Amino acid sequence: MNAANYLYVSALLFTIGAIGVVVRRNAIVVFMCVELMLNASNLAFVTFARINGNLDGQVVAFFTMVVAACEVVVGLAIIVTIYRSRRSASVDDASLLKR
Amino acid sequence: MNTFLSPVLNYSLLSPILVVLGGAVIGVLIEAFASRKVRPIAQLSVTFGTLLLALIQVWRIRGQSSLSAAMGSVVIDGPTLLMQGSILVISLLAVGLIADQEHFTALAAATPGSAEEHASIQSGEQLTEIYPLTLFAVAGMLLFPAANDLITLFVALEMLSLPLYLMAGLSRRRRVLSQEAALKYFLLGAFSSAFFLFGAAYLYGYSGSVSLDGIRESVIGGSGNDVILLIGIAFLSIGLLFKVGAVPFHAWSPDVYQGAPTPVTAFMAAATKVAAFGAMLRIFYTAFANAYWEWRPMLTGIAIITMFFGSVVAIAQRDIKRMLAYSSIAHAGFLLTGVIALNKAGLEASLFYLFAYGVATVGAFGIVTLVRDSSGEVTDLKRWTGLGKRSPFVASLFAAFLLAFAGIPLTSGFIGKFSIFSAAYESGNHAIVLVGVLSSAIAAYFYIRVIVLMFFSDPVEDGTTVIIPSVLTWVTVLGSFAITIFLGVFPTPFLNFISSLAVFLR
Repeated sequence: MNAANYLYVSALLFTIGAIGVVVRRNAIVVFMCVELMLNASNLAFVTFARINGNLDGQVVAFFTMVVAACEVVVGLAIIVTIYRSRRSASVDDASLLKR
Repeated sequence: MNTFLSPVLNYSLLSPILVVLGGAVIGVLIEAFASRKVRPIAQLSVTFGTLLLALIQVWRIRGQSSLSAAMGSVVIDGPTLLMQGSILVISLLAVGLIADQEHFTALAAATPGSAEEHASIQSGEQLTEIYPLTLFAVAGMLLFPAANDLITLFVALEMLSLPLYLMAGLSRRRRVLSQEAALKYFLLGAFSSAFFLFGAAYLYGYSGSVSLDGIRESVIGGSGNDVILLIGIAFLSIGLLFKVGAVPFHAWSPDVYQGAPTPVTAFMAAATKVAAFGAMLRIFYTAFANAYWEWRPMLTGIAIITMFFGSVVAIAQRDIKRMLAYSSIAHAGFLLTGVIALNKAGLEASLFYLFAYGVATVGAFGIVTLVRDSSGEVTDLKRWTGLGKRSPFVASLFAAFLLAFAGIPLTSGFIGKFSIFSAAYESGNHAIVLVGVLSSAIAAYFYIRVIVLMFFSDPVEDGTTVIIPSVLTWVTVLGSFAITIFLGVFPTPFLNFISSLAVFLR
């Protein structure tokens, strides 16, 4: 099967993620969309590793997974704190700084 | 069957990064096991000691350079060491501000206004997790400009960002605002690192190698698919431009600068900028240097918009922290001209500018922490009216930092701006120099407006006072002031020092 198809899937996932970040209002969902973008990048890395015939891209994928896990820890901590202070995880409510 | 080769590390060249990481781990252990009484002083001394030790290490290895410090992943050369030195000096100054625990919430996990929060304030308990977080961020910043492959770049980027997201939410006063700043910084930061990673994937796809040298060779060879290269450069640049706060990726910075505790803002504004521009300079001067026709027009456009937008919007700001945020956006534009110049003069000028700007920023935010009323810091510009009559000394120091930002002669800002614009002129990019000088003139207007407001208007009696600063805050503010003036009056030894070291090893 043509490896380029995986690149199209990865670009599609990345675009869905990016649109989700811009469109969705719930901080958790926005964050999930960011994770989708990271995984789309991972898919691109692995596909390119296959095309280039070396393992570097697969190694990067492992690093990305670890970093994404760290990001979940920090991100959920921040989102949960703000949810507890105002009982809402909507990014539209977080607008005190706009003035 | 291949035998496993153990990696060869040059520990002496990596020591600044390793020392800071070690200090951070010790800080975590102190936080967990030390008693409440000794904790603040123990954390402070560990943090100071670590940063000082790392700075001494940087000084000791200053003449050395090596591509194989960590199996090719980390490159130690003149620019790396200069940037690591700048980051460490700026962090040392910023820790002087962070040491004032008045700015940080006693218990970050407690909901604002809850009984739990009251109890923690009553009991006088104060968590000091800010110190290890600072050290982890500093370690990431030291690694970022030294990274020589895409994996290290990405890991270092996250290493410096993740602690900063948390630090932005630790303010004691106006806690909801601070948490909001943390949320915004986190979501947009994670968004931009996804772009960075996607760009990295395409660069790897283009060259078949994750190292910057490999990418450079593929670019010179020019046999790969140019579309893939272009996508890679564009997405990687978005990630980096977000970190430096260039327009149109600046939306987070005024909000985060305003919401975060002021010492954290000082640290973040100064040190992150050095680290991010450090990495950017390395990537564009080594990996992408031979593809400059691909990225120069894009970056020139962004630099022009950034300089202009930052300067113009800063005029309309009524909050001093927001004004400084927009000023930092304008400065990111000035620094981008150094990246675009793509010559040795541009590199030297950027290195000087970064250090000068970083130090002045820490000093300026240091002054902002001093102006308070009963409910905390006063950041409304209107209430700074007549500050020069009430406390002439503090106001004069602030005026000096503002003049340095504006680039008035006898301050470090003038030398920085002059050298960066002459480097851009030398590279033949005259339009950008013109916009740069014009934006500097616009920017000078709002800096001088603040000075006029402080010195030539009568003070309003509304409870705004300048508090007596702690010793460490004094050291930070006066130290920044001394460096700013010294670099403005006697820049030659420092410029020569930079010039003797500023060559990228590749």
